[in-house]
Amino acid sequence: MNAPETLQPGIERLGKTALVVGVAALVLCVAAGLRSPTEFFRSYLLAFVFWIGLPLGCCAILMLHHLVGGTWGFPLRRLLESGTKTLWLMAVLILPILFRLPALYSWADPTKVSVDPLLQYKHPYLNVPFFIARTMIYFATWMLLTYFLNKWSRQQDETGEPDLTRRLRRLSGPGLVVYGLTVTFASVDWVMSLEASWFSTIYGMIFMVTEALAAMALVTLTVILLSRQKSLAELISPGVLNDYGNLLLTFTMLWAYLSFSQYLIIWAGNLQEEIPWYVSRAQGGWAWVALGLIVFHFAVPFLLLLSRFVKRRAQILGWVAAGLVVMSVVDIYWLTVPAFERAGPEFRLTDWLAILGIGGLWLWRFAAQLKGRPLLPLRDPRLKEIMQHG
Amino acid sequence: MMRHPLYGLMAEFETTDDLLNAAQRAHAAGYRRMDAFTPFPVEGLAEAIGYHKTHVPLICLVGGLIGCMGGFFLQYWPNVFGYPLNIGGKPYNSWPSFIPITFELAVLCAGLATVFGMLALNRLPTPYHPVFNAPRFELATRNRFFLCINARDSRFDAQKTREFLQSLNAREVSEIES
Repeated sequence: MNAPETLQPGIERLGKTALVVGVAALVLCVAAGLRSPTEFFRSYLLAFVFWIGLPLGCCAILMLHHLVGGTWGFPLRRLLESGTKTLWLMAVLILPILFRLPALYSWADPTKVSVDPLLQYKHPYLNVPFFIARTMIYFATWMLLTYFLNKWSRQQDETGEPDLTRRLRRLSGPGLVVYGLTVTFASVDWVMSLEASWFSTIYGMIFMVTEALAAMALVTLTVILLSRQKSLAELISPGVLNDYGNLLLTFTMLWAYLSFSQYLIIWAGNLQEEIPWYVSRAQGGWAWVALGLIVFHFAVPFLLLLSRFVKRRAQILGWVAAGLVVMSVVDIYWLTVPAFERAGPEFRLTDWLAILGIGGLWLWRFAAQLKGRPLLPLRDPRLKEIMQHG
Repeated sequence: MMRHPLYGLMAEFETTDDLLNAAQRAHAAGYRRMDAFTPFPVEGLAEAIGYHKTHVPLICLVGGLIGCMGGFFLQYWPNVFGYPLNIGGKPYNSWPSFIPITFELAVLCAGLATVFGMLALNRLPTPYHPVFNAPRFELATRNRFFLCINARDSRFDAQKTREFLQSLNAREVSEIES
């Protein structure tokens, strides 16, 4: 059973549209950025940080499902795997950033380092060659993980070998540990070091949850759109939708919990080197963005997802998931951009063009992976069992 | 409450399919006061006997809200009115530092309300329950499936209901004294 014929043209059309929109937006973004390369690179970094979160979040949820099993994961498996396979695109897309580090990071700019003792102190870790080496290590680790996760899963599609399930599980345990470490370091390098004097040890966790939330919301939305298709519709029962709703609720609560923990500790400590991060994020227009996050990234989805009525209805859950994807963009925007625009958010065309551009390319690759693969891992022994009992 | 000498009729089934079918047919025939007993959860059985809504989530929510507000007040009142102290120059109403305890108390009260609410709705603990008068009822914890139609059901008729249950492939139908 390949991705069914009725779906093929739709996926193909989506991929092509995404590619055209993505390339057009990126070209416009570069054109707009010619006047101010710094502005362009800031927007580009914002878009990159958001879109890299999706393959990484997909990777984490995929490994989680290999470890714990459950009916909910099987309809998502192909979507998650397709998501992880976009990593090489992100590896290509980070190259422009690596070539222009001084435009973004004060620690990469020798003139700034020479006058700042703190940056000199941090120089053994925060320097250009080491940064590039670390980024390469992160990508190598993630790509190795996703290579085996995809390879064995595909092998099982062909041979039906039940032992591969065990092998995937054995990889996923250590894989999640490695994932946690690499994402923590990557978030510190790529985003936290934008404000090199500030630090928070919970930061990596916040990023992981933000990424998992965005990825979970996106695959939930996709699976609901695809579930009009018969082969999936059987598995997407109200009970499974309820599970997706509960997972989204968990990630939403975890996001709020971790974000608030960081805030509470810094607020209570009230230390000069810690509070600037929040001061710049809570003044002027940024206060409204922060308030928007509290209301629409936590309170509203939290209250909606508490209700079984919402979780068991595909259409409503789909809207909630779509809202969470949008709010994840705002979340990354609020985490990243205040490093450059301290006074308040300014509308920059390049920000939105870059998000649209990288997003278009990402969706194009995502759709291409989805096409031509069975939508369900039908030969996984655990799925067979569920199909027989259900 | 007047005691009916007969509590109801208990039908014993050997498979989940028989029980599920019987429950659906009984519901279709208009019976509403009935209950099923199985050794493990049977998918779709609760819906089949017409059990749709439970008030436990509502009790949980109310418990959570009480815990949330109570927990906040517990800190707000002494810090702002009862015994205001200047701690590190922070405002008396330092609400961010109140959140962890507010949250914990919300969870605690929601949990307690859920457990005790569930017990109350189930009328537990019940030292005596007539269904245990049914023969071989202890097998409900092993490999038999039971459906009980209560005598207080408006459609209940000792003779007709017995015949109806027997027609549903029941292994045995027995009367239960109250």
